Amino acid sequence: MPAQHGPMVTGPVVMGIETSCDETGVALVRDGELLGEALSTSMDQHARYGGVVPEIAARAHVQALVPCVRSALASAGLRAADIGAIAVTAGPGLATALHVGVAAAKAYATALGVPLYGVHHLAGHLAADLVDGEPLPDPLIALIVSGGHTSLLRVGDLARDPIVHLGDTLDDAAGECFDKVARVLGLPYPGGPAVDREAVGHDRTALAFPRPLTGRTDAAYTFSFSGLKTAVARWAEAHPDTTIPPGDVIASFQEAVVDVLTAKAIRACRDHAIDDLLVVGGVAANSRLRELAAQRCADAGIRLRIPARRRCTDNGVMIASLGDLLVRSGAAPSAPDLAAMPGAFLDRAQLGLPEPALHAA
Amino acid sequence: MLVLVLALDTATAACAVALAELTESDRAPRESTAGAVPGRDEPAAPGVHVWPRGSVVTVDARRHGELLAPSMRTVLDDAGARPSDLAAVVVGAGPGPFTGLRVGMVTAAAFADALEIPVYGVCSLDGIGAATTGAVAVVTDARRREVYWACYDDGVRVGEPAVGRPAEVAAALRDRGVTGVAGPGLALYPAAFAEFTSVAVPASDGGLSAPEAGYPRPELLVGLAGADLLAGRPPHPLVPLYLRRPDATEPHAPKPVRA
Repeated sequence: MPAQHGPMVTGPVVMGIETSCDETGVALVRDGELLGEALSTSMDQHARYGGVVPEIAARAHVQALVPCVRSALASAGLRAADIGAIAVTAGPGLATALHVGVAAAKAYATALGVPLYGVHHLAGHLAADLVDGEPLPDPLIALIVSGGHTSLLRVGDLARDPIVHLGDTLDDAAGECFDKVARVLGLPYPGGPAVDREAVGHDRTALAFPRPLTGRTDAAYTFSFSGLKTAVARWAEAHPDTTIPPGDVIASFQEAVVDVLTAKAIRACRDHAIDDLLVVGGVAANSRLRELAAQRCADAGIRLRIPARRRCTDNGVMIASLGDLLVRSGAAPSAPDLAAMPGAFLDRAQLGLPEPALHAA
Repeated sequence: MLVLVLALDTATAACAVALAELTESDRAPRESTAGAVPGRDEPAAPGVHVWPRGSVVTVDARRHGELLAPSMRTVLDDAGARPSDLAAVVVGAGPGPFTGLRVGMVTAAAFADALEIPVYGVCSLDGIGAATTGAVAVVTDARRREVYWACYDDGVRVGEPAVGRPAEVAAALRDRGVTGVAGPGLALYPAAFAEFTSVAVPASDGGLSAPEAGYPRPELLVGLAGADLLAGRPPHPLVPLYLRRPDATEPHAPKPVRA
């Protein structure tokens, strides 16, 4: 029911499209309000290969994209002609998969005559729960943990300010480490949810796996997880007849990962005198990470924000939300020849800005 | 009846977009400046006449994703047409290298969905073959030292498109009594197809020396979907012709990590 006072809803309906990996996500957001969404995943088709096969993911995106748009529009009670702007993940991600979303976004924008905003996938994760309530604190420290990325960031105004990398992983991402260790320990793909499930109720102190890059002289915000994977594999090979329950091994491994992630995130908050921590990305759905982050933030007097678990994995809502934020901030649309950028570095939320806008920024 | 159709094809190195009008009669639409295709006065099919309204074809195998949407905008703007004037979209459904092919397929599907108009998929090789006469094969690059190919009899495809090694394809063509070969695959494997007559297919403007000559002509694709389109028959679901399964092997057991 429209309020008697205050502005009427005037912002455009922003459609967000996400196809950077194995999820086809579409959502419609206007003025921070989620109007409709749809999600399709090709995960089951990748399981037998133990990881996402780019060609299989891309083929699935082509088949799922328009049906997802229709489904999102139907759930919002809208038609395509009601869309006022398009936001799309231009990178980073699988090249074959990104091309599908970017091409579709450009086609919708061209057909409807509406502006197009290319956005950075990880900036989308930062915007994942904007539709659930409060705007993001400014500034904040963000921990992005997913299958492809592990980074600590200093974020200001997400739509306008450059994003500062405090540290990244030197090798494997945390989620990648979950997948690889799951395979070593005979758990199904995807490894993250499997590890989370198997660790529940088990002794996370049974084995002392290493906490990489936590020495006194190590880079404070840099991560490394490939050695931890090897440590687990070595232990498993050396102890074929162990009496330690498998759940304890898994819980101990998981504890090593989330201990490092949360310790470094808290340290970044303290060092920068920032009292807000945002934890996002697929691994932010991990129950032990959520528990330990909450506990350590409470102890340190830091406000913790973690999106609901269903908003942590890739989806269209986060892209539509970020697009909506860019539109409301008055950002210039991306160039009409916007390209997929599989290796895009995260230094700002928007990608494919036209040259003059970049210079003016 | 006169309908405006946008056609696009990205199944070869060419990123091709054309706008065309379709009529049942052979009388030129008032606004049309170019002649009907193929030839100047022959119907594309009985009761199907195609009147080109402009095209943009760029040969650059690595930039389909960037070029396609701006090319569509240019073709429409140059003809003074708006997306909402379109009655349908026609797209080359391959076969072609996967990433480029997908750009065209999903663009066509999304563009048509936005406008709530139908999208018709046709075989991309027909965009070359329809311009040929006699027993001719069309060959295009399938990468990995293979070609996509199909056979035509006076411009009408015989059988389904396929993929194979050039030497094996040449043997198959010989068995079928094919005399000529057209398409960009020919220049890639001249030795394999040396025994066949090289069939030159001119570009949309009639030129043989243009860079886009020999690549699929999107206005020919319009003619192929023309009969269904004019009759108002709904299109079949769009299915990209990959003709190959995804390259993926199931993993072996993890390697030992101890020395």
